[in-house]
Amino acid sequence: MSDHHGYSEQDVQREVTELQAQSATAARIFDLRRIIGGLFVVYGVIVTIAGINPSDATLDKAEGVNINLWTGLGMLLLGIFFLVWLKLRPTPPPPPPTAESEEKPGE
Amino acid sequence: MQSPTNGAFPATLAAAELRLPTNWLDYTILGIYFVVVLGIGFAARASVKTSLDFFLSGRSLPAWITGLAFISANLAATEILGMAANSAQYGVYTVHWYWIGAIPAMVFLGLVMMPFYYSSKVRSVPEMLLLRFDKWAHLLSSLLFAFAAILISGVNLYALAIVVEALLGWPQWVAIVVAGAFVLAYITLGGLSSAIYNEVLQFFVILAALIPLVTLSMKKVGGWDGLSDKLTETHGADFTTAWGGTGIGSDNPLGANWLTIVLGLGFVLSFGYWTTNFAEVQRALSAKNLSAAQRTPLIAAYPKIFIVFLVMLPGLAAAALIPGFGTEESGYQYNDAIPYLMEQLLPNGVLGIAVTGLLAAFMAGMAANVSSFNTVFTNDIWARYAVRGRPDAYYVRFGRLITVIGVCASVGTAFLASSFSNIMAYLQTLFSFFNVPMFVVFIIGMFWKRASAVSGFWGLLAGTVAAMVNYFWIYKQEIIDIPTDQGANFVSAIVGFVAGAVVMFAVSLFTAPKPAEELQGLVYGTRSPGMSEPPAEGDDAWYRRPALLGWGAIVLAAACYIPFSF
Repeated sequence: MSDHHGYSEQDVQREVTELQAQSATAARIFDLRRIIGGLFVVYGVIVTIAGINPSDATLDKAEGVNINLWTGLGMLLLGIFFLVWLKLRPTPPPPPPTAESEEKPGE
Repeated sequence: MQSPTNGAFPATLAAAELRLPTNWLDYTILGIYFVVVLGIGFAARASVKTSLDFFLSGRSLPAWITGLAFISANLAATEILGMAANSAQYGVYTVHWYWIGAIPAMVFLGLVMMPFYYSSKVRSVPEMLLLRFDKWAHLLSSLLFAFAAILISGVNLYALAIVVEALLGWPQWVAIVVAGAFVLAYITLGGLSSAIYNEVLQFFVILAALIPLVTLSMKKVGGWDGLSDKLTETHGADFTTAWGGTGIGSDNPLGANWLTIVLGLGFVLSFGYWTTNFAEVQRALSAKNLSAAQRTPLIAAYPKIFIVFLVMLPGLAAAALIPGFGTEESGYQYNDAIPYLMEQLLPNGVLGIAVTGLLAAFMAGMAANVSSFNTVFTNDIWARYAVRGRPDAYYVRFGRLITVIGVCASVGTAFLASSFSNIMAYLQTLFSFFNVPMFVVFIIGMFWKRASAVSGFWGLLAGTVAAMVNYFWIYKQEIIDIPTDQGANFVSAIVGFVAGAVVMFAVSLFTAPKPAEELQGLVYGTRSPGMSEPPAEGDDAWYRRPALLGWGAIVLAAACYIPFSF
């Protein structure tokens, strides 16, 4: 360890590398695609249902567009897209712990 | 956090007559959202084992997640409402905040700066200054950043409170405490992972809120042709162009010319915000490898190019629909553009999505500030200068504690903000005080090996003081006549940049440079050990090459200017 101002790049590299090796890390534990997909499917269904049989007042307000229906279907599609993506490319399993603790050069 | 320069945002946000006709359906949608937000917090809690997990998500996230969080952290509701207000007030000039005021800086961050940030394995922007300069530059930048982060997160909270009060009829203090409690809960539980995951979710909810609103607004005004005809008639031909009336010496509503736009906004303010503001950079640092870190701001650049339409068109539409919008005669303020259109156009159901999107945007902005604040305060201030050498678990506990304190302080600054009549104007000026000097020190340190260890501190100090002097003395005392606050912010930024650069240069001439072996991987043209990592599998695909993504964004942004320039 060098003595200039007490802290060097090597110190940061070593500390962070050690911490990274111990990390559990969020990405390996749960997959965000499932949450986005789930929420948008639920929202899509709710808003689409609100758009079936709209009242005239609702249509007039939205410039004659059945905006609930279209928005609901759009959100539903986005939700399904995330769930399909998750299905096709599932979360990779956590790497074996030995791969994390390889020797760092120069230390 | 919003861009450093967004529109005027007076404290009294919405006129009293704006009250959204929400019903049980809308509240159900909002309720589901809050449940999911907390659920993410609890799920992410299981992933926090070390301080690196808590503060940087264990440097493990894929690029699409960090990229969308990067854009979401910027897409706070102050940005959405403020930029719509900006458009209603200044017209199509708003595109400058996006195409010249964001894209080049985001590309520069990804292509040029990120290799240094990521490979040196620093955990924050101030830590980079510690390595490049000395502990004084580090301490000063950490303190300035922590201070600014709390102020800004308080403004987000206060802006949320006035919007919620106006639109839903909740008392201000209820809105402040409820929103503060949710942000506190999910960050304390899951740290940065929780903040980032929520930001990505917020990004999609915000889009789902804005797209229907823009579609209906455009239908109502008769498409772009109807809109531009109407605005040309009422606001003049320059209102629907990007560059009309920006010649030096000519007059335009923005109070700025092409030179201050390009230099002040496009270079200094924008590079300062996007490349050295830790609330943004932190998202990229949490990526899983160098390639993903580089792609973070580049992936964010593409939505950023198009988001301008989602905020600008409602602003223009409101200006076209109501005569005198934003002035006394209409009874509406510029900031009411989006709430007004929501009230007029959205039926229950989509209205609930829109309200949820606005609240989500406020929480994203606040969470970005709080999660960067707790990282800088714990790693850079507490663990370095106050209580050193404790086990890692201590710093995770301290990080959670300081999150609680930070949120409480934000509630305090929110009430403080409520006592100012024009909070956003002051805050944007504060951005030019805090981001620009950090940027000048950074950029000179990175490109000039000779910049000495002590020059960082003095450059930072000089830049901050000069920007403040320009604002409080030269502008406020009217030593030089600058027509608007926005114009003054551009000039403050340029002054702060030049002063910081001159002082750094002068100090470096009289002090010893840092030894070359201590600058490895910190100065352009050197390499740190981490940079030799081989690319991960699949990262060599052509569509993942940073250079292609970056230049593609620049070309696209330039092309977007074409229809608005003639």
